[in-house]
Amino acid sequence: MSFAANHPASRDQAKMMNRFDITKRLVARLKHDEAVIGGIGYTNFDLWAAGRRPQNFYMLGSMGLAVPIALGVALAQPQRKVIALEGDGSILMQVGSLATVAARRQKNLAIVIMDNGTYQITGGQLTSTELGADIVAMARGAGIAQSAWAADESAFEELIELSLREHGPWLIGCRIDKEKPADTTERDPPRIRDQFMRGLGVKK
Amino acid sequence: MDAEAPGAWHEIVCDVLKRHQVKLVTYVPDNVLRPLIEAVHADPFFTAFSCAREEEAVGIVSGASMGGMRGIVLMQTSGFATLPNAIASLAVPFQIPVLMMVSERGTLGEFNIGQSLVARTMRPVLQALAVEHHTMTRLDEVEFIIDRSITQAIATQAPCVFILSPLLTGGKVFAK
Repeated sequence: MSFAANHPASRDQAKMMNRFDITKRLVARLKHDEAVIGGIGYTNFDLWAAGRRPQNFYMLGSMGLAVPIALGVALAQPQRKVIALEGDGSILMQVGSLATVAARRQKNLAIVIMDNGTYQITGGQLTSTELGADIVAMARGAGIAQSAWAADESAFEELIELSLREHGPWLIGCRIDKEKPADTTERDPPRIRDQFMRGLGVKK
Repeated sequence: MDAEAPGAWHEIVCDVLKRHQVKLVTYVPDNVLRPLIEAVHADPFFTAFSCAREEEAVGIVSGASMGGMRGIVLMQTSGFATLPNAIASLAVPFQIPVLMMVSERGTLGEFNIGQSLVARTMRPVLQALAVEHHTMTRLDEVEFIIDRSITQAIATQAPCVFILSPLLTGGKVFAK
């Protein structure tokens, strides 16, 4: 894969970045009302903190379903780019969804994995990524050929630009630190869903 | 076919889904569901594909629903038993009209003790979560139940579960 030539071959070689910082960098690059699905816990807390967008969906429970929800939005709205933001613990819980995404060859879908090797919100217990599992390699094995670790912040921005411009599916692995999130998502599911549907133009 | 005679259960299900613009069908396969799965794959109106887990299938239909595309999840009873968290933390609180159809194992001639035990969790879960559900036992009630229930699910923004009784489908017959 030529696009991956300048990206680290494994998780160990990727720079440890900060979740809130790269979430802000991601959101700053969204110019076409792209949909973003924030996985449970600190992943969507930092998405919330990075600035409210009507095209953001913040999960509150149903751990592991950010990728399936994003795939559903992508199927319903093939003209819109859709991004799933998910943690390492969450994607490990629903790793089969990577194979489903690959089998659908979903062009308008990108997956960003925030991997700090821990179940941070429950007290920092280790996930298996800290013990050798490599999400990018697993995604490639599932059939998402365009999967890469972001070497650093500028590489992350390049990969995001690429995923917004070219056909997917994409998976971008981000090794992140264990900083606390910058804010906490307001836990109001009907409001989140209603604003998201208006943001997608489904409700007027 | 005689215009007065009802079709097979899966033909009726297909027709009602089409009438209500339910285009997306995600499933974890089941032998009893096979004719319905084959029918939706054969009809270009539907986008149909299998998922690794039932939770995933519910997530996909939830996302599609919010994106403006209606969908239904097909599974068997043991698959439903993996869903309480997804229903309780996604479909119900976010008010998403996820349609689900469950092929009922575990009763009326079940031969696998695991199936008969897990099947007993289904209705208590649905009752605990106050999720609308109907068991279809006769061919002449299939159209009415699904047609009315889809309308209600959309109007009230609530999930709905259709249970296919062996009385309707013939179920899975003890092979040995």
